[in-house]
Amino acid sequence: MLDAKIPSGNLDDKWVDYKGHCKLVNPANKRKMEVIIVGTGLAGASAAASMAELGYKVKAFCFQDSPRRAHSIAAQGGINAAKNYQNDGDSIFRLFYDTIKGGDYRSREANVHRLAEVSTNIIDQCVAQGVPFAREYGGLLSNRSFGGTQVQRTFYAAGQTGQQLLIGAYQALERQVALGNVTMHTRHEMLDIVKIDGKAKGIIARNLITGELEKHFGHAVLICSGGYGNVYYLSTNAMGSNVTAAWKAHKQGAYFANPCFTQIHPTCIPVSGDHQSKLTLMSESLRNDGRIWVPKNVGETRKANDILEAERDYFLERRYPAFGNLVPRDVASRAAKERCDAGFGVGTSKQAVYLDYAAAIERYGKIEVSKQGLSNVSSEQIIAMGKEVVKEKYGNLFNMYAKITGENPYEVPMRIYPAVHYTMGGLWVDYELQTTVPGLFALGESNFSDHGANRLGASALMQGLADGYFVAPYTVGNNLADEIYNAAIPTTHPAFEEAAKNVAARIASLKNINGKQSAESFHKRLGKIIWNECGMSRNEAGLKQAILDLQALKKEFWSDLRIPGEINEYNPELDKANRVADFIELGELMCVDALAREESCGGHFREEYQTPEGEALRDDEKFMYVAAWENKGAHEWQLHKEALKYDVIKPSQRNYK
Amino acid sequence: MSQNTMNLKVKVWRQKNANAQGAFVTYDVAGISDEMSFLEMMDILNERLITEGGDPVAFDHDCREGICGMCSMYINGKPHGPWQANTTCQLHMRAFKDGETIVIEPWRANSFPIVKDLTVDRSAFDRIIQAGGYISLNTGNAVDGNSIPIEKQNADDAFAAAMCIGCGACVAACKNSSAMLFLSAKVSHLALLPQGAPERKSRVLNMVAQMDKEGFGSCTNTGACEATCPKEISIANIARLNSEYLGASLSAQ
Repeated sequence: MLDAKIPSGNLDDKWVDYKGHCKLVNPANKRKMEVIIVGTGLAGASAAASMAELGYKVKAFCFQDSPRRAHSIAAQGGINAAKNYQNDGDSIFRLFYDTIKGGDYRSREANVHRLAEVSTNIIDQCVAQGVPFAREYGGLLSNRSFGGTQVQRTFYAAGQTGQQLLIGAYQALERQVALGNVTMHTRHEMLDIVKIDGKAKGIIARNLITGELEKHFGHAVLICSGGYGNVYYLSTNAMGSNVTAAWKAHKQGAYFANPCFTQIHPTCIPVSGDHQSKLTLMSESLRNDGRIWVPKNVGETRKANDILEAERDYFLERRYPAFGNLVPRDVASRAAKERCDAGFGVGTSKQAVYLDYAAAIERYGKIEVSKQGLSNVSSEQIIAMGKEVVKEKYGNLFNMYAKITGENPYEVPMRIYPAVHYTMGGLWVDYELQTTVPGLFALGESNFSDHGANRLGASALMQGLADGYFVAPYTVGNNLADEIYNAAIPTTHPAFEEAAKNVAARIASLKNINGKQSAESFHKRLGKIIWNECGMSRNEAGLKQAILDLQALKKEFWSDLRIPGEINEYNPELDKANRVADFIELGELMCVDALAREESCGGHFREEYQTPEGEALRDDEKFMYVAAWENKGAHEWQLHKEALKYDVIKPSQRNYK
Repeated sequence: MSQNTMNLKVKVWRQKNANAQGAFVTYDVAGISDEMSFLEMMDILNERLITEGGDPVAFDHDCREGICGMCSMYINGKPHGPWQANTTCQLHMRAFKDGETIVIEPWRANSFPIVKDLTVDRSAFDRIIQAGGYISLNTGNAVDGNSIPIEKQNADDAFAAAMCIGCGACVAACKNSSAMLFLSAKVSHLALLPQGAPERKSRVLNMVAQMDKEGFGSCTNTGACEATCPKEISIANIARLNSEYLGASLSAQ
């Protein structure tokens, strides 16, 4: 059994006690200590800024041309915090409870409680940095609702909350760059962890412009490289988002936890054809007002607006009257898939459902009429006024939909379908966010820690910033306190030479395959296998077949890959090949994990384990644990379990009816 | 929803690296669906070049949903192409006609040196932010968020300026390669908020100095930047920047 090193004491006191007793590093020693941070999204940028402010020498790395581009920037809806500004019954406990329940009782109580505790500090920090959150006319902060909760605790900046939070963290980071406390390495990719005496002591990074391999020493290494949703090829992640840094850490001994826990977001723009390179999310906030439906007739061919009210099936409202269209993401996605699989899907592909704003437009129009005290208003005028209100609330999202599909969502219902969006699994970390490799930490989406088997909306931003601003500065410091006697190790040390040699050899072997197929074409095939067999629903036979298919794909990749250009130059195809090679291996581990977890929970739905109503059926007797996988060589992993103990919350079947 | 396909020519700027001589190369791309995004059309071209043993066209892109600011093509004489308030990654092939020749160039500005083909180096923008585009505040020093009430209009205006994605289209559109719209967006965002007040003067002076040092040109108020900005950042921000700069310069003397 794995030990997560959770402090003893009452749940409410654990983090306070930890902070009161953790070891500190004095300012003179901090100046001598180097910290490597891989990735500059919300977790990485906030950690880099905060650690540098404390006095550590920070080296930060990102593959993009600027740290401001990390994919945290694309988060639309918002960030949760237990501020209870709305006086609607929110509290730290309630945020903690909602997150544990939303995660289908597969996350760690102590971590989630800490997350809820620091959530309030995050909002304060961001406001002080100048993040322009939405405000009310009284000048105070505004909130809205999100799925899986019954309070309004989500802070937002229109549909661009992630952008504004990331820019805040980026600015704090650039301030430290200017002060000389952070050395920023853009267009660099981490390709290995260097270990000395069993501890992480540095990385090998490739300069993506020159192709040169660089050796960097650090007393600690923080992986903040995001999630692995791009294993599916089509996802809402950025094109460059990848698992490589996390996977290299895994290969060096860090356990990988719950890889099969992936989040399929219910409201995305559907695939339009084979050319599709990525999917676009339509914010969860749209489910506040939009109604989701399919026709009641199988194989319906009429246009949406010609289908009468009585012939429509508002399936979320029908199945989950208490939460309706605002059920958690995993529940909404599965319900949409169920309708499409049963033949009720819409659009040319029949792999879509409608997200309809007609009722909201009419409702808002009537409110406007009453607000303005008008009488004798025609129904056309009501609709026109309603459209204006909807435009103010969701205009940027409606525009985005129109640009991509060429359809006008004010006139016809949007077509949406679930798409891969987030990965709850990731590097296993203990309470201190340390992996099973001493000195190697994982923050944000790259770790597995807080969301269990399903993440609630507006919680990813919260977790990234919690880890970076408020957790890592304490927990990494607690570990660095033991390192003050150890001087920086020169990168001429044999361990660095050896690691660099291995990375160079791997790149050369990829390049020397000289086959016929592009990395992109392998990536597409990988995505199809994983999506079909380890996507929204999984079963034993399919997973077993997928493992065989992935092993065959790996073989083919390593014998028929073609990388144009040279190694020692700017070569995006080489970067992609490096990433796809790691994704193929990860894909296999996802299927191994999904096969071993013989229950359904959150985003992991095994067809064999469901209630008579088709809901996820957990098996707490056998599977109330974190599955942490140790790499044992090619196609081989050993399972380690971390038992999940619920001291405060009593797990029950999630009920949103 | 019906797909139409078209055959096009793309005339692309090819340049091996920062120091090499560049040239236009024309390629045929066939069977392009009007439902594709512009970058998916480029993906198809690259896939073909790779299979034929050629060198794919290098271009920056990442989120492909119009927010990260990484994509940067100058398409038919316009940064980010023909659509208003749009990034290259959100441009779709409906915007073009069968048989058309599309000319694709990188951002052209001395301060954005070419890395390869259509990829340029925009690190000058990061250095401008380093010169003062922040509020000097360490983690843990914040007061309660609602203890700083901000007039809604100011908050909304600050947000409108803060929407800048740092793509550099404003520089590419400007005949002088001026970075004034980019800079003014950041100065405005922070000047409009009470949190930004203590450093208001030094911020604008230092950021302008850094902009000049990076070699960006002067602003002559043609408005080309505003017209091309994918986030419709208003040129009114430049007026605010000028008045901030003037005020700060006078009081600094």
